[in-house]
Amino acid sequence: MKLAYYPGCSLKGTSFEYEVSLLKILEAMNIEVKEIPDWNCCGASAAHSINHNLAIALPARNLAIAEKDGFESVLAPCAACSNRLKNADYELKNDDILKKKITNSLEMPYDSQMSINNMLEFLIGVVGKDKIKSMVKKPLAGLKVASYYGCLLVRPPKVMQFDDPENPVTMDELVSLTGAEPVDYSYKTECCGAINSLSKPDVVMALTGKVLYDAKNHGADVVVVACPLCHSNLDVRQKEIERKYEEKIGLPVLFITELLGLSFGINPKDLAIDGHMVAADRVLKKIEELSK
Amino acid sequence: MSRIGVFVCWCGSNIASTVDVEKVREEAAKIPGVVSALDYKYMCSDPGQNSLRNVIKEKNLTGVVLAACSPHMHENTFRKAAVKEGLNPYFVEIANIREQVSWVHEDKERATAKAVDLMKMMVEKVKRDKPIEDVRVPLNKKALVIGGGISGIQAALDIANGGVEVVLVEKEPSIGGRMIQLDETFPTLDCSSCIMTPKMVEVNQHPNIKLYTYSEIEDVSGYIGNFKVKIKKKARSVVEKDCTGCGECWNACPMHKNVKSEFNLNLSERTAIYVPFPQAVPLVPVLDRSVCLHFKKGGKCQKCLDVCGPKCIDFGLQDEIIEETVGAIVAATGYDLMETSMYGEYGYGKYKDVVSGLQFERLLSASGPTEGVIKRPSDGKTPQTIVFVQCVGSRDPEKGVPYCSKVCCMYTAKHAKLFAHKVHGSQSYVFYIDIRSTSKGYEEFVRGTMEQDGAVYLRGRVSKIYEDNGKLIVKGADTLSGNQVEIAADMVVLATGVIPKKGSDKLAQMLGISYDKYGFLTESHPKLRPAESSTAGIFLAGMAQGPRDIPESVVSGSAAASKILGLFSKSEYEVEGTISSVNEATCVACFYCQRVCAYNAISRKEIKDRNGNVVKVVANVNPGLCTGCGACVNACFSKSIDVKGFMDDQIYAEIKSLAV
Repeated sequence: MKLAYYPGCSLKGTSFEYEVSLLKILEAMNIEVKEIPDWNCCGASAAHSINHNLAIALPARNLAIAEKDGFESVLAPCAACSNRLKNADYELKNDDILKKKITNSLEMPYDSQMSINNMLEFLIGVVGKDKIKSMVKKPLAGLKVASYYGCLLVRPPKVMQFDDPENPVTMDELVSLTGAEPVDYSYKTECCGAINSLSKPDVVMALTGKVLYDAKNHGADVVVVACPLCHSNLDVRQKEIERKYEEKIGLPVLFITELLGLSFGINPKDLAIDGHMVAADRVLKKIEELSK
Repeated sequence: MSRIGVFVCWCGSNIASTVDVEKVREEAAKIPGVVSALDYKYMCSDPGQNSLRNVIKEKNLTGVVLAACSPHMHENTFRKAAVKEGLNPYFVEIANIREQVSWVHEDKERATAKAVDLMKMMVEKVKRDKPIEDVRVPLNKKALVIGGGISGIQAALDIANGGVEVVLVEKEPSIGGRMIQLDETFPTLDCSSCIMTPKMVEVNQHPNIKLYTYSEIEDVSGYIGNFKVKIKKKARSVVEKDCTGCGECWNACPMHKNVKSEFNLNLSERTAIYVPFPQAVPLVPVLDRSVCLHFKKGGKCQKCLDVCGPKCIDFGLQDEIIEETVGAIVAATGYDLMETSMYGEYGYGKYKDVVSGLQFERLLSASGPTEGVIKRPSDGKTPQTIVFVQCVGSRDPEKGVPYCSKVCCMYTAKHAKLFAHKVHGSQSYVFYIDIRSTSKGYEEFVRGTMEQDGAVYLRGRVSKIYEDNGKLIVKGADTLSGNQVEIAADMVVLATGVIPKKGSDKLAQMLGISYDKYGFLTESHPKLRPAESSTAGIFLAGMAQGPRDIPESVVSGSAAASKILGLFSKSEYEVEGTISSVNEATCVACFYCQRVCAYNAISRKEIKDRNGNVVKVVANVNPGLCTGCGACVNACFSKSIDVKGFMDDQIYAEIKSLAV
């Protein structure tokens, strides 16, 4: 199957660790993905709240290029990107007038024949559990991992058609494959506040803080995510939250691809684990101790 | 030669303000064959009917056309008037110039032209009318009631008390339905089983009622007056007539753990041979073969049989098919509650102390798993704080159903009230969207729960429930104050939405009655024929039709019963004569008509010569089932079927009248 890769802005910038680790584990599994040539912004940051047509046209252009190039499936690791791509695809599938308008302005046809996958769908659906399980060289037995889903992977359910929107489990399944122990905690789908990241940081700290403290209170050693926006809130703001609430957290936040990479026995440096704000040293040490 | 009278009605100003009724009358008078044309302010009034009768008599009319309101309104009125003057009722035709003309048009000139056209068409039709006799169908005066809940029981008792034999079929081992699972009933707080059990016993003892429990309807065929019903009596493994209900067997059964009680909604356990609850009717146990050791371990265990005095346990009993012929049927199949799996955020199934409203009824009930002491399922402690969440699934088009389940506002108020009465010093919170308490005494009841029993009502929905330190944290919105609230509760009760009983759609298909997109059985007319189904002879009752409370279910059971007693008060059932008839000379027996008939009214008929040899096969219309819809007429390739009163030559003449 010809697999397209749509990185979006985050994976080339603030969340470069996501791309590095993703490409590394795909390489390890012998899975080839190709970046969509001349890709553009998915429109997640501003377009969808300002101009509906633009919000559809931007992701549609990426999809149309991929389709033209004969790809059958698109991987969009960033949750916001996959959300926008799926939304555009859904609207074009269900609205012929809009489709005509968009394809006219793009000057490209679009047939909605490709499957669009977020990171978790890709790993479970395209790669497959058996394949991942077979890759685990260094089981993370004893490591307690809290999966944090956020909102974009599952919402709106009608469009995303992915997992149970109120009680998703896909990431926990992946965590189990690595041998680690998924932590059941109460805030795995609560909002991290990303939308207010710049305008109301206080709100974000309150919301993100709840997620982190709850995960910690349920015994998590590490939090895993599949969304760059979640990651930056949980990771970058953690120090600030600790100061505000005067309570230490110290929870490293990893991308699911990094956790998988560790279980595959890949060197942490090659997974860019040293790129995070909250150092993962203690977790890496625990993994080493556990594997002895 | 036709002698037609045309009567144009003004309907006060309803017709006359938009249609020039005098012009219609003048045009009518010009049509060949019309010997009288009149207009009058209200044709349906007594003077109007009298003038109709007078003209029929004086002019010796052979047909009548009324240019008036829809035939749904007064066709019968005018037919009856005509019959009094010796005319066949089917020689009265209506041109609908109200609903189809004056009410829907504004331009008087064009409306008048349309009214004239419609009138002309009916004149041409009535000229070609032939006398039609109504069809009479014999009646088997015995009724079948499907479902032994409160509405089915009420229907069965009313019919039986009217002197008619009833067959009552219930799927579960005992009758009683949902009502017997309830603790106390709103708004009077009388105990549900105290008012229910006398009725259940009465059913069992009634000489006119034949009761089949643990039985299902296997097949239904036939038509009003003559339904053939196959009932599957499932193997109970206990011989009913010999059993005394002593209870030795279920006390001896070694399977007293790990089998969840369906009656107590998984809150307790039962044995393999069991009665669902102590007041069961009949008080005869059922042996659940899927868990019984005798069946699972090759016949070794027979402890129940060992202790059974009358030796009425028979491991070899088989399912039995019983056939009954009845004249009418009541479908009272009841309801289920929605699964809450689509509300993952409420944690039902994950947290033991998040229960459904019906489970809470069992926790309140003296015959329930906690003997009426409120104890939470996780650790058996008595909760001090309970959060009740209304509209879980109801009024939620995204995840559940758009309709209101109607009973939840009231039973939640009752739950909060009983909780306050049973656990002093406790606190309850109720999340609601709106309070719907519209029957007698209901609003006062809810007010009492708020004001005397101190329940805190919060208008808003719950977004999430999670466990924290042994408490259930309920997060929700209080939309009246505009605040987000978090309540630490010991227990949460979800008022889950009402849905039709599982399998009721299949039963409806078997009965040939219609149901809506949710699966609720639909009435023949939502307002004026609420007890009748779309099929003659089949009546509806209870929650099978949609959410309703106990009094309404009782009323609907009685309504269905009175319809049946009314039907059975005559010796035969009269069907309108406007049904299909087959021209046997031209029918080629392709049976395409049979394939399009929605009412199963068409069968094969063999025509034999005097020696008994089949010479021809033709289609045959069952007058008891045919509704005269006309689908077969369209389907017939050889033009061999016509609906009486709507023959081809009549329709063509109507169309031709427009061409002039």
